[in-house]
Amino acid sequence: MAEINNLIAGATGNWEIVLGLEVHAQVASTAKLFSGAATEFGAEPNSQVSLVDAAMPGMLPVINWFCVEQAVRTGLGLKAQINNYSVFDRKNYFYPDLPQGYQISQFQQPIVGEGAIEIDLDDGVVKEIGIERLHLEQDAGKSLHDQHPDMSFVDLNRSGVALMEIVSQPDMRSAAEAQAYVKKLRAILRYLGTCDGNMEQGSLRADVNVSVRKPGDELGTRCEIKNVNSIRFIGQAIEYEARRQIDLIEDGGTVEQQTRLFDPKTGETRAMRSKEEAHDYRYFPDPDLLPLEFSQDFVDEIAESLPELPDDKKARFINDYGLTPYDAGVLVGEAENAAFFEVAAEGRDAKAVANMVIGSVFAGLNKADLAIADSPVSAAQVGQLVDLIADDTVSGRTAKEVFELMFEEGPDQGKDPSVIVEEKGLKQVTDTGAIEGAVDEVIAANPDKVAQAQERPKMAGWFVGQVMQATGGKANPQAVNKLVMQKLGLDEA
Amino acid sequence: MADLTELNLAEARDGLAKKEFSAVELAEAHMTRVSASSALNAYVLATPEKAMEMAAESDKKIASGEARPLEGLPIGVKDLFCTKGVRTTACSNILGDFIPPYESTVTQNLWNDGAVMLGKLNNDEFAMGSSNETSRFGAVVNPWKANGTELVPGGSSGGSSAAVAARLGIAATATDTGGSIRQPAAFTGTVGLKPTYGRCSRWGIVAFASSLDQAGPITQTVRDAAMMLTSMASFDKRDTTSVERDVPDYEAALTGDIKGLRVGIPQEYRVDNMPAEIEKLWQQGIDWLKAAGAEIVDVSLPHTKYALPAYYIIAPAEASSNLARYDGVRYGARQDGVDIDDMYAQTRAAGFGDEVKRRVMIGTYALSAGYYDAYYVKALQVRRLIAEDFTKAYEVCDVLLTPTTPSAAFPIGKNVEDPLEMYLNDVFTVTVNLAGLPGISIPAGLDADGLPLGLQLIGKAFGEEELLRAAQVLEEAAGFDAQPQDWWSA
Repeated sequence: MAEINNLIAGATGNWEIVLGLEVHAQVASTAKLFSGAATEFGAEPNSQVSLVDAAMPGMLPVINWFCVEQAVRTGLGLKAQINNYSVFDRKNYFYPDLPQGYQISQFQQPIVGEGAIEIDLDDGVVKEIGIERLHLEQDAGKSLHDQHPDMSFVDLNRSGVALMEIVSQPDMRSAAEAQAYVKKLRAILRYLGTCDGNMEQGSLRADVNVSVRKPGDELGTRCEIKNVNSIRFIGQAIEYEARRQIDLIEDGGTVEQQTRLFDPKTGETRAMRSKEEAHDYRYFPDPDLLPLEFSQDFVDEIAESLPELPDDKKARFINDYGLTPYDAGVLVGEAENAAFFEVAAEGRDAKAVANMVIGSVFAGLNKADLAIADSPVSAAQVGQLVDLIADDTVSGRTAKEVFELMFEEGPDQGKDPSVIVEEKGLKQVTDTGAIEGAVDEVIAANPDKVAQAQERPKMAGWFVGQVMQATGGKANPQAVNKLVMQKLGLDEA
Repeated sequence: MADLTELNLAEARDGLAKKEFSAVELAEAHMTRVSASSALNAYVLATPEKAMEMAAESDKKIASGEARPLEGLPIGVKDLFCTKGVRTTACSNILGDFIPPYESTVTQNLWNDGAVMLGKLNNDEFAMGSSNETSRFGAVVNPWKANGTELVPGGSSGGSSAAVAARLGIAATATDTGGSIRQPAAFTGTVGLKPTYGRCSRWGIVAFASSLDQAGPITQTVRDAAMMLTSMASFDKRDTTSVERDVPDYEAALTGDIKGLRVGIPQEYRVDNMPAEIEKLWQQGIDWLKAAGAEIVDVSLPHTKYALPAYYIIAPAEASSNLARYDGVRYGARQDGVDIDDMYAQTRAAGFGDEVKRRVMIGTYALSAGYYDAYYVKALQVRRLIAEDFTKAYEVCDVLLTPTTPSAAFPIGKNVEDPLEMYLNDVFTVTVNLAGLPGISIPAGLDADGLPLGLQLIGKAFGEEELLRAAQVLEEAAGFDAQPQDWWSA
């Protein structure tokens, strides 16, 4: 029995949102799906167009096996059925940026069948989202309507670029789940290296199917919101669309099956075309292409080269490093982050390293808007800094200061933490004699506080603070604490 | 010097090798004839400068002892083949004055072997037709006449068949989707060879129906067909439906020995209302092959009667999609419209002729939601059954012998208003395309009106050597040497 949560209130009671996503992920390939033309982003319009992409007479598609490999690789990453026999179909419709007059896609027999991915929700719950299928298809070109007052221009650079369309089951029940799904899917794709996941450049975009129902009812009529290209917009589009449908039904109307567009400026969706206006795509097997067939060896070889995926890495971080599920989840979000952590954690207290990576490194990068690859502090330096805490060279507080100094030093990952500690004289005082002197001084100067502390032991903290101040923060806090308790006669407990 | 246009391909090759004449002389003789042949309307574009340039190059090669297999042999090219820098239209208005920046694999193979290009040959628009009356450039006239009546040269490769029959080129390239090489060959007293699907690359050939289209030659003799196929055939990485298989020297297969060859006679090809002359010719063919040592076997191809309907679903379905690229956006002719949809409608309405529109509509209908299973899927099932028919027949025979067409060439205009009657021309040829097999039409006799009739031999997949060997024996036995009276030369 599925749990019913994430309900949204309407005038007539609670409603449940049902969501399914079709994600278009551009295959990380330097050549197109059926031609050798380049796929580089941002090139001069129509500079990456082969005769095939422009659908010149007599031109024929030839499958790019690298793209097939990436689809299989992705299928394996989604723990999905790999179909050793699949078929390319033509999806026929007219549009100026579709030179062939059809898109080569896979309709009845996709290369990848059912699979699943697990998403992590904020409350720590893990939910499985079913994958219905993954198929390979060509991207269309781009129509440019703003270049001329009464003409449209067409850029065919994207025409024929390989896409993987990844279709989920209608298993999501909230905007947050849909967002978590896209994040997780993107992480898996990036781990696999089969798609760069760059939503701004359109390498990853989602069609969101939204319907609403009263809990326990049959599925409602769905609307498909096309081409939403950021995780934030996915959330906004779902929230808006679900509310629109609920209001419509509660006002006595019915939801019409539609294709809709999300407008990021207004945060609203608007109708693009209704079911009646939907194309009859006249799918049929592309007679220019043989069925796509490969051996189990081909699949096995790809399976062997599969990297550790986010879920497995997370489990390993929890088991081997003793991290909390939350910390592990944060660290494995991007393969590069996880790798950074593992370098820093090598041979030392992993929890301490995780704290520093998440607390200091990520925070610093975030603030400076830098990618982890451009971090001014290297993973090795993070490790060294943690070592300085561990061997009592600096306190945790001083370490933060040292980190900030190192971060500012960047971007060449300059001085090691020990050098900074030395130069700035931040070395922690662990010499008990020196600390004892400071403690004695503070006690001697504050007899009234001593009396208070002996009645209320919590006051001891005040003395520790005073001593730390007097030593410029360099005293070892544990040593100070111990001595203060001793001197105040509070240490028998 | 004898009239160089009377030579066949093998004779011209040998004459050039013996330096009895030059490639330039050979090309000039043919160009002269081409330029005087406008009454036939076989060529839609002559390329004399190119011919002379290529012939001169051939003469150099011959002089330096580097002659290639087809060195200096002047041929015509069906306008369905894209030719680099030379206007290619598929004889459709929609392509306007399209000049491809690329050369089809088949023609490139021919040029690489030294062949000389005379020009582009007329055909039915997008190869859709059986009479070469649907061309934007007008009908081709058959060099053969019956009682003074102008006849069609067959189609869709009517320009190719007329040109070879009228000696306006020693050979010609052609394409065959449902009979478009063999039927025009039968109508003009020439040899037409449709190879196994995948034997020749389709790259650079304007597509009609991708799963059926196959390039082949129209020639004067079986030997010439073998020479042409040896050059035209190749595996091409750019066409994934071409087959990676060595290309033999087909000419070497012509041993004249078919002793023990099992020739199947499919009973289903004895159709109603078949003219007695054709029936008689077929029997004659059986007798010739038997006399040459072949064994005659009666076979059954039970699904033959469904072939034509299945073909006229599958071919238009594929065509409706293949022709979607002619939208006026990137190349070819464009008619302005009030918006993009109107531009498409105006462009395609003006650019396509009636027969093309008819097939695009039939194909679109057959692929539509709600009809797909009843038409397209059913047609594919029939296609598989037809292929199985052949597989079974080939368990007991090696080649099949049938008439090529149910009639001789018919008058221009006769079937224009009756598409179904026109489609019946393909009744003996479409099965071969549906099964992807090789077939060849050999001129075997004349009817009462003095018009040529053809017999068809059908081979096993990639059995072109055996097929050509049998064809040459049949050709020899028939001894067909009739030629049309030259009434057209201006």
